[in-house]
Amino acid sequence: MQMNQRDVIYLDNAATTQVRPEVVDAMIEYLSKDYANPSGIYAASASAKAAVDAAREKIAVAIGATYGNEIYFTGSGTESINWAIKSTAQAAKGRGRHIITTAVEHHAVLHTCQFLEKNGFDVTYLPVDEYGMISVDKLEAAIRPDTILVTVMMANNEVGTIMPIAKIGAVLAEINTKRDKDAKILFHTDAIQAVGHIPVDVNALGVDLLSVSAHKLYGPKGVGALYVRRGIKLPAFIHGGGQERGRRAGTENVAGIVGFGAATQLACAEMAEEALRHTQMRDDLIGKILASVPHSHLNGHPISRLPGNINITFEFIEGEGMLLLLDARGIAASSGSACTSGSLDPSHVLLAMGLSHELAHGSLRLSFGRYTTTEDLDKLMEALPPIVERLRNMSPLWEDFLKPI
Amino acid sequence: MNYSDKVMDYFLNPRNMGEIEGASGIGLVGNARCGDIMKIYLDIDGGNIIRDAKFKTFGCGAAVATSSIATELIIGKTVQEALEITNSSVMEALDGLPTAKVHCSLLAEEAIQAALWDYAQKNGMVIEGLKPPTYGGHDHHHDADES
Ligand SMILES: Cc1ncc(COP(=O)(O)O)c(C=O)c1O
Ligand code: FES
Repeated sequence: MQMNQRDVIYLDNAATTQVRPEVVDAMIEYLSKDYANPSGIYAASASAKAAVDAAREKIAVAIGATYGNEIYFTGSGTESINWAIKSTAQAAKGRGRHIITTAVEHHAVLHTCQFLEKNGFDVTYLPVDEYGMISVDKLEAAIRPDTILVTVMMANNEVGTIMPIAKIGAVLAEINTKRDKDAKILFHTDAIQAVGHIPVDVNALGVDLLSVSAHKLYGPKGVGALYVRRGIKLPAFIHGGGQERGRRAGTENVAGIVGFGAATQLACAEMAEEALRHTQMRDDLIGKILASVPHSHLNGHPISRLPGNINITFEFIEGEGMLLLLDARGIAASSGSACTSGSLDPSHVLLAMGLSHELAHGSLRLSFGRYTTTEDLDKLMEALPPIVERLRNMSPLWEDFLKPI
Repeated sequence: MNYSDKVMDYFLNPRNMGEIEGASGIGLVGNARCGDIMKIYLDIDGGNIIRDAKFKTFGCGAAVATSSIATELIIGKTVQEALEITNSSVMEALDGLPTAKVHCSLLAEEAIQAALWDYAQKNGMVIEGLKPPTYGGHDHHHDADES
């Protein structure tokens, strides 16, 4: 447990992570000393430019990209996704206007697709099963002659389900062999929850476009990257100066990019060990919670699941209350409850998995990070069952359940 | 969440949480869309004075706090006085609520009225100005965006 200043047990690493100290150190140089604009022609600029390109190489290596220049830095994971989807749509609209995605994507994908629907595109939202998993057969069946893009997330941010990206890649590769060179279906994956946590290899997965975000892997917020396979003509999305070889304008966030590179390299180096540690802690904690709290259910896939993700529904209670009571005990977590969503809609992911509004209400997401310890989880286990019990005692639904009329 | 200290206090230490056996009136209201449910029990004496009130709530911190403080506001009041409790008086008593949570206080107002309606029905009386409750009447509004 790090999170210094305040003694918080931070179990919301899927929302964002703490920038690790090595990353802060790497960044500071480019804020204070080597602050030059990489586009200049003096020596300091060359140093900043070299730092950006070194970070580019690190991201490329982390995701198995063949060439460093297949990586483009952006201002966020959300921007990478918008660029991938909107620019593909724009470039391909002459030959087709059909996009396939899933019902459980992050809003960065869903709202982008909804925007395109309002602009003459047709989007298929593939359903998921009770585990949040899509069917590759259904995806294949959804492909039409006018399909231009398939975008499926690699790992779900709420329930942790890992999608069969390599299988989809193989199916699309097969279909694309029968298509003209300029009529290939492009394949994008939102790998924002995956990179640095589970192995990602763009060639093994068969993806053309892949989005990454720095702040999910102990890098800074507000930096992302889009992998664009060599040979794909993706029009620019942000227009302006000639940065990122003319494809993404705007003076580079040099310090952020340097931090992104350092964080990615470290996360990938530690990935195997961390994944194993998290998986053990995860399965142990799931077992403990389900055993000690009656009427609780795991959401998401039991096996094909992010190592650090737990999502559990506690029947008869509402999530915001749970989060407030956990917070009062110094534990930070999140929920798919309508009351916590800001929009007052329950999680679209849980609803797509077939949960009722009531069950989505009682969901709790715990997401581990590199600072999470078994002691943290022991403390959580001390706090959680009494909190659930307390809220159940307050709940009219629990009352009805105990004495059915 | 930017709840006032008062809201947090009523959420963490709810007053009058529970049930009343053989209550004079019970009000159960809910929000059809997001599933929040609030139940208020009243114990009313022969002089139409609310002797006791309890609540149970399936909802957010604001919903718990508003139902709790609403019970406090009506205990000792006459039925007529209790009818005057509105969501704004509940909010005021809590030092305000975040905009996205204003609807939760509406639920408290509705729950009181539903319980009073139930009391009136059981006793074959008419309480002036009281309308029959509409379960799941109002909707959550949609304005804020996700994070
Ligand atoms: C799966 C997924 N996609 C997209 C995003 C958006 O990334 P960013 O916060 O960098 O814009 C997130 C995180 O918020 C995410 O978890
Ligand atoms: S009860 Fe759902 S937001 Fe208050």
